[in-house]
Amino acid sequence: MAMIELANPTRFLRIVDRLLPWFAAATALILAAGLVQAVQAPDDYQQGATVKIMFLHVPAAWLSMVGWAVMTVAALGTLVWRHPLADVAAKAAAPIGAGFTLICLITGSLWGRPTWGTYWVWDARLTSELVLFLLYLGVLALYWTAEDPGRGARAAAVLSLVGAIDLPIVKFSVDWWNSLHQGESIFRAGGPVIDASILWPLAVMAMAFFLLFVTLHLAAMRNEILRRRVRTMQMLQAQEAKA
Amino acid sequence: MRLTAHDLACLRGGRQVFAGVSFALAGGDIMLVTGPNGAGKSSLLRIVAGLLRPASGRLLLEGGTKDASIAEQAHYVGHQDALKPTLSVAENLAFWTTFLGGGGEVMSALAVFDLAPLARLPAAYLSAGQRRRLSLARLAAIKRPIWLLDEPMSALDQASQARLVELMRRHRDRGGLAIVAAHGPIGLAPAHELRLGPT
Amino acid sequence: MNAFWALLIRDMRIALRAGGGALIGAVFFLIVVVTVPFAVGPDLKLLGRIGPAVLWLGALLASLLALDRLFAADHEDGSLDILMTGELPLELTILAKAVAHWLTTGVPLLFVAPLLGLMLDIDPAAMGPLLAALSVGTPALTFIGLVGAALSVSLRRGGLLLAVIVLPLTIPILVFGVSASDLASAARAGFGPAFTILCALSLASLVLGPFAAAAALRHGLD
Repeated sequence: MAMIELANPTRFLRIVDRLLPWFAAATALILAAGLVQAVQAPDDYQQGATVKIMFLHVPAAWLSMVGWAVMTVAALGTLVWRHPLADVAAKAAAPIGAGFTLICLITGSLWGRPTWGTYWVWDARLTSELVLFLLYLGVLALYWTAEDPGRGARAAAVLSLVGAIDLPIVKFSVDWWNSLHQGESIFRAGGPVIDASILWPLAVMAMAFFLLFVTLHLAAMRNEILRRRVRTMQMLQAQEAKA
Repeated sequence: MRLTAHDLACLRGGRQVFAGVSFALAGGDIMLVTGPNGAGKSSLLRIVAGLLRPASGRLLLEGGTKDASIAEQAHYVGHQDALKPTLSVAENLAFWTTFLGGGGEVMSALAVFDLAPLARLPAAYLSAGQRRRLSLARLAAIKRPIWLLDEPMSALDQASQARLVELMRRHRDRGGLAIVAAHGPIGLAPAHELRLGPT
Repeated sequence: MNAFWALLIRDMRIALRAGGGALIGAVFFLIVVVTVPFAVGPDLKLLGRIGPAVLWLGALLASLLALDRLFAADHEDGSLDILMTGELPLELTILAKAVAHWLTTGVPLLFVAPLLGLMLDIDPAAMGPLLAALSVGTPALTFIGLVGAALSVSLRRGGLLLAVIVLPLTIPILVFGVSASDLASAARAGFGPAFTILCALSLASLVLGPFAAAAALRHGLD
């Protein structure tokens, strides 16, 4: 029932208009709290204060994957259920996901400068992230060049699914190709091994980034729906002028 | 102004489309070119417009602007509308107006074919008839003495056909000349009629 | 000259609007260059040494493949016919289109190049000469490619044919471009001579390209 009601773009717009200020406020609050905690977190005994860039870098990396996950689910919605909001959701998610990926790459290379002595190292994780960014650019290019939004949406949906299948393979092959990076330290059997004084701010920042993603995504979906309405109205105007 | 063609022949892919075509048009003349499909109506117009080289024969223009070729004094309206879908209706016409010599008034030319309300829409949203009207609006926007129209009535509704006829009549009365390829009557009595193909 | 500017602005507008191909060339450049380390390995010393050559090859491919639709799009929708009835000489019409094309696809390459230089660990001291050489060399690539773009209209084939026709013609640009950008070879032969020859080649193609393309278009009329 709720899904069917949400599927109606007009109703969706009304709900988004009501929710958006709350999400924006929550994002601002938690982001502020996370930044304060991040500043207060202790310096690393080896890397000093530079380790704090991690509080931006790691959540951005997670969100870059969330972005593709959203696009994959939306792609299923477009191709399988032909849900009217699915390709709006996918199209809105693509630039945001690409943005988080870019933040991850930039913070990663800024972090690399003091740690590795160079802005860019072709290490496995950064390189996988770079390939993810290239895949995002491909989807964006597809949306950008498609004149008919419907056809562009289906093409991008197919590409998102192929990408979702390909990404683990990319990850595996890049790992194979080169591994310099430190091993997994958060998600692994036996629980996290980093100190709680770092883990907490990281969790709060991740929450803030997630809320930021949701806020931006809802706003972008609203804009896309309105953009499509303008397009439809213009086409109607052209049709009426003929009659 | 006088446009004469002497013994024109056209070859396409080794096949002779027509040969021995001659005509002489003076200012104020409209020539109707008829004939079955493949008789070479479009080819003849493209030859006059300088877009296709004749296999033999000569074209001569007397009394036009000095140093300007026939093509530079002609409006060619072919089967394709020469519109860019991402540009707006007004931008499309404004570009051709500036490119083909400038000085034309875009909005009033759009109004001739009733397109003024659509000026800001992307050309991609137009129907086939609207696209054709926008293409024909070039005729109203820029003054050129020779009109070469390839089946201009196709895709047009009655009202738009009447507007085109009115535009051609004014062009003729100002001393312009026109060659129109068509399958049927064009709503104006042509001074000449050229029938291509097997008779 | 109004007609020249009108055409230049129209082509840039089409390239920059949704559906235009302006930024695709830069993305292609990025992807081509990024795939190189996967082939040769992540060794930064090696990448730094071959970096300028990799950037040149990427810029060459991006410039040529983007030229594919330069005249073909205008040919398909009938615009080319009307462009030919303009008072502007066909050579200048082609020049306007080529300049617009370079501004929308060549210039973005110059913005992506420093980033790629960073990733390939090209010596920062070499980036200046490399960018100078690329900004002089990419117009030359576009103008040499014009001939191929015009021929592909009359032959009704594009894509790879264009690259096959044009790539051999661009070898001099590659030779002098790379030797002006590469510190090691510049130390041997000097930046000046190679760069001067590159400028000369670029100017020559600026003049010859539009004439050759105009001849190809006129000859291919039908």
